[in-house]
Amino acid sequence: MITAPELEITVLVLGMVILMVEAFATNIDKRVLAFAAITGLAIVLLATFFVTPGASPSPTTGFWSFYTADRLSIFFKQFALVTTIFVLIMMTDYAPVVRSSFPGSTSQAGLGEFFALPIFTCVGLMYLVSAIDFVFIFVSLELVTISFYVLVSFTRRNPITLEAGIKYLVLSALSTAFLVYGIAWIFGVTGQTNLQRITEVLANPGTDRGAALLGMVFILVALGFKIAAVPFQIWVPDVYQGAPTPVTAYLSVGSKAAGFVVLLRVLQPFLALPQMQRLIVLIALLTLIYGNLAALPQANLKRLLAYSSIAHAGYLLIGVACFDGRAVSFYLAAYLLMTLLSFAVLIIVAQQTGEQISDFDGLAKRSPFLAFAMLIGMVSLAGVPFTAGFLGKFFIFYAALKQHQIALVVVGVITVGCGFYYYLKVVRAMYWQSTAKIDKIPVTGLSRLAISALIIATIWLGIFPQPVLDALQR
Amino acid sequence: MVLFVILCPIVAAILIMVGAPARKTALAASVLAFGATLFLIASFKQGQHDFQHVTSFTISPEWRLSFTTGIDGLSLVMVLLATIVTLAAVWFTGTIDKYENAFYACLLFISGGAIGAFASIDLFFFYAFHELALIPTFLLIGIWGSGNRVAAAWKITIYLAIGSFILLLGLILLYQSVPAVSRSFDIRTLTAAASLGQIAAEAQRHIYLLLLIGFGILISLFPFHTWAPEAYASAPAPAAMLHAGVLKKFGLYGLLRLAIPLLPEGARHWTNLLVVLLLGNIIYVGLVTIAQKRLDWMLGYSSVMHMGYIFLGIASATILGTTGAVVLIFAHGLSIALLFAIAGELRKQTGTLVFDELGGLAKVMPFAGLAFGFGVFAAIGLPGFANFAGEIMIFFGAFKNGWEMDRFHIFQIATALALWGVVISTVYMLRAYRKAFMGILNDRWNGLVDFRSGLRIPVALLVGALLCYGFFPQFFVRMVTPGFRTYLTVNKSR
Repeated sequence: MITAPELEITVLVLGMVILMVEAFATNIDKRVLAFAAITGLAIVLLATFFVTPGASPSPTTGFWSFYTADRLSIFFKQFALVTTIFVLIMMTDYAPVVRSSFPGSTSQAGLGEFFALPIFTCVGLMYLVSAIDFVFIFVSLELVTISFYVLVSFTRRNPITLEAGIKYLVLSALSTAFLVYGIAWIFGVTGQTNLQRITEVLANPGTDRGAALLGMVFILVALGFKIAAVPFQIWVPDVYQGAPTPVTAYLSVGSKAAGFVVLLRVLQPFLALPQMQRLIVLIALLTLIYGNLAALPQANLKRLLAYSSIAHAGYLLIGVACFDGRAVSFYLAAYLLMTLLSFAVLIIVAQQTGEQISDFDGLAKRSPFLAFAMLIGMVSLAGVPFTAGFLGKFFIFYAALKQHQIALVVVGVITVGCGFYYYLKVVRAMYWQSTAKIDKIPVTGLSRLAISALIIATIWLGIFPQPVLDALQR
Repeated sequence: MVLFVILCPIVAAILIMVGAPARKTALAASVLAFGATLFLIASFKQGQHDFQHVTSFTISPEWRLSFTTGIDGLSLVMVLLATIVTLAAVWFTGTIDKYENAFYACLLFISGGAIGAFASIDLFFFYAFHELALIPTFLLIGIWGSGNRVAAAWKITIYLAIGSFILLLGLILLYQSVPAVSRSFDIRTLTAAASLGQIAAEAQRHIYLLLLIGFGILISLFPFHTWAPEAYASAPAPAAMLHAGVLKKFGLYGLLRLAIPLLPEGARHWTNLLVVLLLGNIIYVGLVTIAQKRLDWMLGYSSVMHMGYIFLGIASATILGTTGAVVLIFAHGLSIALLFAIAGELRKQTGTLVFDELGGLAKVMPFAGLAFGFGVFAAIGLPGFANFAGEIMIFFGAFKNGWEMDRFHIFQIATALALWGVVISTVYMLRAYRKAFMGILNDRWNGLVDFRSGLRIPVALLVGALLCYGFFPQFFVRMVTPGFRTYLTVNKSR
């Protein structure tokens, strides 16, 4: 019988082994390491389906007061594993770019760490979604963030990447400071770090709720940074554009999902306070409006996807404001599929032409498969029925209407209209415009398989949502 | 069998995308769908208001969501319209210069989406199938359009996207408004709940307004109509035929399907607003149509204007009026498809549709002139065409109306004004006919060729159907009145 903590330990050991092999076996093709990592993670992913989800056996003391293996956490462990596997596949496609940014050294320089670091991020994400204690949340969040520091500035000869790395480092450190400060306030008021026990203390009318709320607002600032919510989104476009593209995909899916899971968990004790809901509604409105309007004029696809990631944080925050954890989780699952699909195509095409939307001109003629994959990704992000993205928006709007959040619904519908414009801009480039280039774009077998799987999953989830809904059942 | 009609175009579209021969596959699929629809009509049990040929696949037991298809009289009429126009549009398409496969696939996706929406009993799929047409329309206008295609494609896509999300909100509210035990997207369950009076009057008003705006944008109800003329003028002819003839009727079908049985109180509350807006369609857009200087724009505006009559029939809430609305939906779908087809052929040969440059074309294209004349007379509503049957039923139904208002009221004013609308449409239609086909032939057009015999078949199909149902509108009356009678009398007795 497999228990939940063994999953993280396995992944951690896998990461160590890959690093060791990388250090001593100097003569192998480093991409073998990536394939080994993908295989290892796939096995762990398979194992997660044999873990029986359940609350902690002894939730008061020891390890289990930090860690839970409930359904939500198992679902998001699978989520983190799937994301990491796809990111590693994208990294193998991206390897030539990384290699070219290490001039003068061997042809394999830097690749080993490039393939090993995401595994450690994955461990951090897996711990994070299980964390039910502020201390544990902090430690696992740092594991995620520190491995991202390195990944974001990996191709460090490129000044834009370097700028992205510095921005991410400074702002991330600042947000961590807010997180710790907030935790300190809450600990000061309640004397607890375990979320369950904080809930119990807060329910006691003698507690100073104002001070706890202040602490929670600080934590919200820190998490707002992770999930790219307005007004903590300033770093997103530059970092997303500057980072190596697979890392951007990882940031926008993995980091955001982790932020939302933590947000759902830490908000639990504060649900009884109405100020909290009002604050989140306000942030959701700002995020929706900013993300969608700022995405309209973008000409660079990577930057467009950065703004779209802010916009989707807005829709997700609607779900958070309505305290509908399932709608948020479903939306995240849909978001994972469609975002990874778009980035996978972007990485392949960008190496041949470029990252501008105009570089996608006439893609339908050059490579119908990639154009179709991008089409599915874009229409799903926009929210067309029979794709996962539509059902995500459907559940979010359902929750909002049920809670009578009229402002969120009205703004949400208008921003969906904006979304159709900027996502279809990419479709227009691929299908309407013509290009002088006619050579086919090469796609490796593994990438073709991954992209096909993502297309099928996007459409499948858009028609049969029930398996995912079942997995999220409390 | 219903499933077969839905899947025919969609499967064919996927096959074409994978690489099957485009025109042959598309033609075969549309002929098959048309044949299957005729079979459905033959095996349809008259006089029942229940759905027939029901098949159901559960999608989500938790949300009581299932892919349920079936037909009653109303949806059968709509499916028949969709399959006839699809056949005609595919036949008219001919060879396409670039991306031929994609063109046919897009057409078939629009057609499959429309048929699926008409034959879905589940509201979720009713909605989702309609949206299936959104991206193909964007591509059709964007890639193969003419004139100001870029602006037109963006306008139609964003308008329809926002309209359908407003509609989605209405449908979600409808789902939430019934008690939890009967909460379902199945129209039959919702209708049963509504007939027990389980949808609160307050909720009905909100939902009806959302549906009216959402469907209104899709149908080009005044003042949400500005996307339509531009899109139809720019779209390639087969796309305009399918969109104006079939897809736009989705909203009208939705109002007939949802507003009358489920939301009688909402309909009563917003009747005055609807009547004022539909007069905007008939009078204001009618006058705008007269001012048009190009044939394609004139046809686009005229299709917006005629929506006003259909709205009048729906607003009247009488059996006569709603039945007339269905007849007119069918007739207008065929006549506008015919007119767009001929306009498309003219554009292909002359490269222009400006009235002042055309003229006397009937000399070189006698068959096209004859067919256009049929289309014009049908659109005006001359007796003998199905449009006449629909309009006369609507006028009588609206004048009487189902709301039991006893003084001289808005419906009688509206009917009188709408009758003037017939004069308006006579003016612009006959003027267009005179300017394009009569008069002196410009020397530039001496080399034009008439419709070749292959293209005469779809014209004959459309004209034949118009005449056939013009003389025998009882076909529709028998099909749709059982349903309307049930709902309208139930609502009145409460």
